[in-house]
Amino acid sequence: MTYEVIGISVLWLFLFGYVIVASIDFGAGFFNAYSLLINKHHIISGIIQRYLSPVWEVTNVFLVFFFVGVVGFFPRTAFYYGTSLLVPASIAIVLLAIRGSYYAFTTYGELRHKGWTYLYGFSGLFIPASLSIVLTISEGGFITEDEAGLALDYWALFTSPLTWSIVVLSLTSVLYISAAFLTWYANKAKDHQATELLRKYALVWAFPAIITATGIIVELRTHNPVHFNRLVDLWFLFGISFVLFLGSVYLIWKRKNYGIAFTLLTGQFLVAFFAYGISHYPYLLYPYLTIYDSFTSEEMAVALIVAFIAGLGLLLPSLFLLLKLFLFNKDYVQGNR
Amino acid sequence: MGNEEAVFFSRLLTELTLSFHIIYATIGVGIPLMIFIAQWVGIKKQDEHYILLARRWTRGFVITVAVGVVTGTAIGLQLSLLWPNFMQLAGNVIALPLFMETFAFFFEAIFLGIYLYTWDRFKDQRKHMLLLIPVAIGASFSAVFITMVNAFMNTPQGFDLENGVLVNVKPLVAMFNPAMPTKVAHVLSTAYMTSAFILASVGAFRLLKGSNHVYHKKALFLTMKIGLIFSIASAVIGDFSGKYLAEYQPEKLAAYEWHFETEEGAPLILFGVLKDNHEVKYALEIPYALSILAHGDPYAEVIGLDQFSEDVIPPLYIHYLFDLMVTIGMVVAMVSLVYVVGTWLRRRFVNANWFLWIVFTTGPLAMLAIEAGWWLTEVGRQPWVLRGMMRTADAATTSNHVDSMLLLFTGLYLVLGVGSVIVLTRMFRKNPVEQELADRHGEGR
Repeated sequence: MTYEVIGISVLWLFLFGYVIVASIDFGAGFFNAYSLLINKHHIISGIIQRYLSPVWEVTNVFLVFFFVGVVGFFPRTAFYYGTSLLVPASIAIVLLAIRGSYYAFTTYGELRHKGWTYLYGFSGLFIPASLSIVLTISEGGFITEDEAGLALDYWALFTSPLTWSIVVLSLTSVLYISAAFLTWYANKAKDHQATELLRKYALVWAFPAIITATGIIVELRTHNPVHFNRLVDLWFLFGISFVLFLGSVYLIWKRKNYGIAFTLLTGQFLVAFFAYGISHYPYLLYPYLTIYDSFTSEEMAVALIVAFIAGLGLLLPSLFLLLKLFLFNKDYVQGNR
Repeated sequence: MGNEEAVFFSRLLTELTLSFHIIYATIGVGIPLMIFIAQWVGIKKQDEHYILLARRWTRGFVITVAVGVVTGTAIGLQLSLLWPNFMQLAGNVIALPLFMETFAFFFEAIFLGIYLYTWDRFKDQRKHMLLLIPVAIGASFSAVFITMVNAFMNTPQGFDLENGVLVNVKPLVAMFNPAMPTKVAHVLSTAYMTSAFILASVGAFRLLKGSNHVYHKKALFLTMKIGLIFSIASAVIGDFSGKYLAEYQPEKLAAYEWHFETEEGAPLILFGVLKDNHEVKYALEIPYALSILAHGDPYAEVIGLDQFSEDVIPPLYIHYLFDLMVTIGMVVAMVSLVYVVGTWLRRRFVNANWFLWIVFTTGPLAMLAIEAGWWLTEVGRQPWVLRGMMRTADAATTSNHVDSMLLLFTGLYLVLGVGSVIVLTRMFRKNPVEQELADRHGEGR
């Protein structure tokens, strides 16, 4: 395996990590706000707060890790994506900033106002939308390069069905992943009311998520045929992903083994995410940028990989400790301490 | 909008983001150490006041961490968004310290989460204190790594330049560049110093507002001692920085000091106003001091601005920032020295209102010195983004939307700044120490 492939695989894995933890976070904020709107706040807010409080900061690091890593391994991405993404990325930063700080302000500063809960909850839905634009742009066709430099064609971007399919996919997946996780968490907490409500949300969002995912493949057929053909070649991976999806929905439907259901769900997204990533190979930005013509120097790649392994040696035990203390600690989950 | 405007607004936006982020970042680096010291003293002395001190500082710290995290994410992304050409060129070399900074931050984030939610889980407070070590180490090391990046921009090395691309990269040589030791040391010591003085200001403020509780007096004495130690350290390192500059960035030092003519036995100019034709008025001139600062020898030759062409000389107004930074450093060091010695000798004046007001100013002043110091070092590097290699004007984005993004972020920082101040003041006003001590005793402690 070349350094380029190792680099992009590591980054893709971290992006996947961000997709899962951020989905749980964004979805939790949304369900929290939504339950306030329909007067069911008392049922699930306790569960959501107990989960979010110790991990909200860690979620953010996954994202920082990804974008620092991309620029490190592939410095030319800074030129292409940096120039063209100024506006959408800035909007995402502002939304993330509002979310992160108001979470801390309300939780620790006891700034209890319904307005903040709504702001927090609904801003969470705009962030996946603004971040997923990067995926749309990477398919090519929205950036023009001439003497004046790079420009993002906003009109083409906002009128493309591909854009909206990806946005809808990100929203439905966020809600599905989050609801499935929180169902499991609430069940561990022996909070039956919350489990039932969240289980309902999970089932409601499961099918829109899988339908929009299929829709994207259809969109790509006209937008980027090269990519589409590579996707079709990987049909068996998407098949595996779909089987995992059926398994997790079945378990949630039957109200049993929520833990296994969430594991299957993670597997479903992992397989699909990597199948998508592999089919995108070797392009970082179609057709301008591949992972080969933008790669950092070999010395730096080795240094980054060494730093990465050393860092993981430090991080994995710490993350494990965090999970053990808060996620898999019965007393904490049940709110006894 | 032409490219010149994009460059102008990119500089303004970066300056705004960093100036805002630095306030929270400095606190974020320094406070974990203070919390650790307080808890350690509390355990050693078996004094629950210090434990409570650690607990209350932590609660405020969380708010500042949140703003620090989100503004740090902003500057991290803005590096690529506003300076894509710079990142494309230098990304080859600075990736490693940037990457390691995220690891340090990750490490801190995990253990801060654990620390915050395990206050009452461990019977033994010492176990709980151990959790603070990774928090403090993570916080300090993210400062170390990010300062390495900045140091690299001042003295780029560890690569060869071929056809506009950096090749033969040696990541460690780039990280351990000549500017690194003094910069990292100065950043850390001033962050500890500033955090200590900010906490001292809080203590002084409570005493001034009528609370006469021994808790605040202990807090004040502890933080003033720490502040004194680190302000002395900062001054010593500042002296080393002068020697580094004389050797590697003489134009920066000369601009700091309005040193126009290369000469031996150069005097140090303090204060003053610059008129036309390099004429300095109302200045305080200390003979031979610049030669001592630059080379440790009163008769040594110091290179002046006459040795450089006009287009590589930084703006000369940075001298005022230098004066501001150094003066504040001296003043807060003196205040803390007087307070500490006065307390040892049991002099009455240390608890007098007029003196407490002076003590109260040390925190805001130290933060102002941090800002002045960063403006000084960053503007002092102009016109380069990578000294001697890439001009700032060539590094910026070509996007047409930087001006509206500046407005967007100005709005964001206003909201975050006002919000954090409101939340912090409410948090402590609603739950004063007296109340919390009573509550804790009520719990049967």
